[in-house]
Formats: sequence, structure tokens, C-alpha cells
Amino acid sequence: MAASTTQTLAAGAPARRNITGSLIGIAAIIVIGIIGYYLFPNNLALLTRIIATALLVLSIDLVTGYCGVATLGHAALFGAGAYAAGIASAHYGISDPLLMTLVGALAGAVAGLVSGLIILRAHGLPQLVLSIAVIHLFHEAANKASSWTGGSDGLSGIAPTALLGLFEFDLWGRTAYIYGLALLLIVFVLLQLLVRSPFGMLARGVREDPLRISAMGASVQSVLLRMYVISGVVAGIGGALSAMSTQVVGLDSLSFTLSAESLVMLVLGGTGSLYGALVGTVSFMWFEDVVSAANPFHWLTMVGALLIAVVLFAPRGLYGTAAALVQRLKGGRA
Amino acid sequence: MQTVFSIAVDALAYGMVLFVISIGLSVTMGLMRVVNLAHGAFAMIGGYVASYAARDLGLGYAAAVLLAVAGTVLIAIPIERLLYRRVYGAPELTQVLMTIGITFCIIGIANFVFGPTLKTIPLPDTLRGSVDLGFRSIATHRIFAIICGLVVAAALWFLIEKTAFGIKLRAAVDNAAMAAALGVRTEIVYAVSFAVAIGLAALGGVVGAELLPVEPYYALRYMVTFLVVVSVGGAGSIPGALLACLLLGAIDTTGRYLAPEYGEFFFYLAVIVIVILFPRGLAGRFK
Repeated sequence: MAASTTQTLAAGAPARRNITGSLIGIAAIIVIGIIGYYLFPNNLALLTRIIATALLVLSIDLVTGYCGVATLGHAALFGAGAYAAGIASAHYGISDPLLMTLVGALAGAVAGLVSGLIILRAHGLPQLVLSIAVIHLFHEAANKASSWTGGSDGLSGIAPTALLGLFEFDLWGRTAYIYGLALLLIVFVLLQLLVRSPFGMLARGVREDPLRISAMGASVQSVLLRMYVISGVVAGIGGALSAMSTQVVGLDSLSFTLSAESLVMLVLGGTGSLYGALVGTVSFMWFEDVVSAANPFHWLTMVGALLIAVVLFAPRGLYGTAAALVQRLKGGRA
Repeated sequence: MQTVFSIAVDALAYGMVLFVISIGLSVTMGLMRVVNLAHGAFAMIGGYVASYAARDLGLGYAAAVLLAVAGTVLIAIPIERLLYRRVYGAPELTQVLMTIGITFCIIGIANFVFGPTLKTIPLPDTLRGSVDLGFRSIATHRIFAIICGLVVAAALWFLIEKTAFGIKLRAAVDNAAMAAALGVRTEIVYAVSFAVAIGLAALGGVVGAELLPVEPYYALRYMVTFLVVVSVGGAGSIPGALLACLLLGAIDTTGRYLAPEYGEFFFYLAVIVIVILFPRGLAGRFK
């Protein structure tokens, strides 16, 4: 909640400071992206996977962090984008990367609309259960429709053509990584604008006090549903990116585990802030890569301990805690 | 006819096992308002302890069950003291994260201690065979599971409706602050019901080991099922939970028999329909 206070303070500050802040953030993403490119030239596939997951986590942040809807089924939107992009390429020969991304975004939006319509029917625990049921339903449906999705073998035969007719998707994943970074930047800038728009404010209002928002004359349900569709677009783009970079789509992209893990990443970074989503994704997936190489079960214990620690000691997440600290230091100086 | 009969028996047994495990979750959720995703993990601990006691220590089935229940409660008490206590009254998301964290830890530790293999709990001879009803025979173990479920339901009904403790419990569920003001020591009520809930989970884990096999991912695999049962039944309601278990057990078992290639598709479809039709559960008290 305190993260939201920081946010509100920032929103109340002069507009110029906002723009400077955004520019610094964007510059930071570019710099970190370039450093990653030169530091891990043999591990670009992992970095691309991190970017795709970051899009999913950003998408969860829109509904959980900004609207207060707790969901454990958000991978449905990501998986819908991944499968749609994959099927477009493998069955219909639509292999232009930009078109595939568009198809993924559209499919994500549709999945967002469908799951939003279901999940937003309830509140609290029933809502959580509905979101879990939705992800399992998507999973079983994809498993059953194996002539389309490849079932448990995964969907293969995805072959994106050269990006803009110039850049081939090479074995090292350079094109995929740079394309992913560009997508992330565009999405991030648009989302920055979105969360500061009147609509973004309304969404935050819904999280704080839905009753008051409806008393003001706005429709809570429609705000939430629109946000769900937008978050579907974001997650769908992430799914399409992962389909293009790995050239295979598995059932794990529609799994409960992915939903839960991405929620964990969001909370680790800090809900209600776009930077928090990015920080959480990068630190979680880097940590996972290091630890799970040693032993997958120790990995699970570590994630559990990490979660407990975050809940107990840093409920605002890494970014939220750091931001609050900076704020306090600034306050001390003034 | 044969199929209908075996579906009915399996559905009833499965539903009863679900009931024994998830009724504790339902009570704690109704009482303490904690979304406890780690409940399945305690059932799993019960299964592991019983398996260890029966196979490695060579104890009898009854002793293994008792040891499992007692052991799981002993393990759960410090966890409740140190971790759960801090998230009472916290937002749902916080509770979900904390309890998923606990689940992950328990899975990791169980796998480290007991290994990734499936654990069996050897049944005594009396439960092993099948009972001939004249026209059909039923596996004795299924009957045992069904009886366990009925006994638990009856005992809980008696405890909650007919005893002084039950009155305090119901008062605390309805309005904890008012109950405390009237002299009910809600702390003790909470602790006792938590222990009973965990004990029942362990009992269900052991009795249901034939239907829900004990392995490290047990906690994650059935976590959703237990949560769904509570949500469908309505947190804090025994008849609701019983009804939900029988209904969901029947849907799941029928789906498995008649359309196995669809997996759990129909189960989750039914869950969505029920939750949308009854957002407060079939007999819910949850706000």
C-alpha cells in the first residue's frame, strides 16, 4: 500500500519531473539490455525468455497491482498469445514476425476478455478459485486440441521469417533478443502513459475503493474488464515473443505453475509499479537460473523461503522498499 | 450398470476423502479468514509420516495413522505460531503468497528427506480384500474411506453444534471481536481449531493415500482441488463442504471414467459454473 503512496506522490509532482523519471527509466532499460547483450552473448535465449516473462509480469501488474484483482491464472493470456502466434506460423504460414506479434496480441486480448468476464464475476476467495479454474480449463483445452496445438508434445514447426525482411532469426538469438528488447521498450512507454492517464487513475481508484468509484458514476466492472483486455494484449505480445524465440510452444506456457511463478516475481519486485515488475522478473529468473542449475528441489525450497521472507520483511517488494528508502533519504535531506 | 455402480462407489470414496482433508481448511478459512494454500502440504506430511511408520518402523496401520496425525500437528504448531500468526487479517494476496511459500518449502524438504518416489502405506489384511454384497463386490478400502468420512462429519457436527467449545467456535466465526469481548478466549479457540484442522488433513492424507498417492508434488497437485472444494461449499460450513465434496467427487470421477482424454476439463468447467451461480458457495458464510 505504501508503494501506492509513493506513486500518488509522484503523480502529484510537476509533470516535468515525471517525464525526466520516465526517461531515466527507459535509459536504464536500454543500458541494462545492452550490457546483457555483451555480457552474456551465449545466453541470449535466457535473456529473451526473461523479456517475454517480463511482459507477462507487467500484464499481471496491470490487473493485480493497479486494479487489485488477485489472480493465479494469468498465464492463460500469455499462453493464448504464444499458441496463436505459433499456430499462425505453423498452420497458416503467417511467419512475418510483426504479424505474428499482432496475432499474439489479438489472441491475448480475446483471452483477456474471456477470462476477465469469468474472473470478475466474483470477489475474494471465489475469484482466486475462478482464476485457477480458468487456467486449468485453458490447459486442458490446449491438451485436447492436439491437432492444433500438438498437445503434450508441444507445437513445433514455427519458423518466423526475417524481421522487416532484413534480420534473420539466427541460432544465437540475437535478432530475437533485440526485437524483444524493442517490444519491451515500446510496451513499457505505452504502459507508463496508460497508468498516468485518467483511465489509469480510475483503475487505481477501483483498487482503493470500488464503492466510491461507482458512487462517482464510473462503472467498476467496465474499468476492470478494459484493463483485463489491455493486460491481455501485453501478455499476448510476451507469448508471441517466446513462441518466436524458442520456435516451440509447450503446454507449460498455459500452466498454473507459470501463473503462480509470475505472480511471485511481481510481488518480489513490488506490486503497483511497472519498475517493480521488471526488477522482480529479472532478479527472480536470474536467481532461478543460478540455483536450479544446482538442484531443482533445492530451488523450490529456496523460492518458498524467499516468498516467506518477502512477505515478512519486504511486503512492498524489492523496488518498493528501495523506492521508499530513497524517498526517506530525500525527505531527511530536505 | 456395472460402470454406474463402480463410478458411484469411487465417487463416494473420493468425495469422502476430499471431505476429510478439506473440512479442516473450510473451518480455518471461515474462522480465521486465512486462505491457506499449504493445507494439502500438511495432508502430505501425514502421508509421509504414516508411510515411514508403517514401512520403516514396522508399526501397524492404526498406530501409523495415530502417529501421522500427532506428528503432523506437532510439525504444524510452530509453523502456525511463527508464520501464520503474522498474516491473520492481511490481504488475500499476502496470505496466498505466504502459504504458497510454505508449500514450496515443504515440498522441497519432503523431497530431500524422503526422495522423489511414490510412497505407499501398506494396508492391513482386513482392509485389503473386497466385500461381497451378493450382486457386486467393493474394495474394503473404499468402504473404510467412506466410513471415515461419515464418522468425521458426524463428530464435527456434534463438536460444533452440541458442545460448549462449538458454541465458542461459532461465536468466534460470526464475530471474533464480540466473542472476545464476551470472554471467549479466541486465541485458544483458534489454536485448537487449527490443530484439529491439521490433524484431519493428516488423517485424510493417510486414509486417502490409495486414491491420492503420496509424492512430493502432492501438495501442489491437490492444493487447487481442496481450495475449490472450500470455495464451492462455502467456507466454514460443514454441510456445504460435504455437498461440494460429493458433487465434485462425482463430477471428477464420472469425467475420468467416461471421457478420460479430456482430463479435468469438466471438473473445472463445473467449478466455474458453480462459483458463478453461487458466489458465496453452496452454503457460504464467507462475507
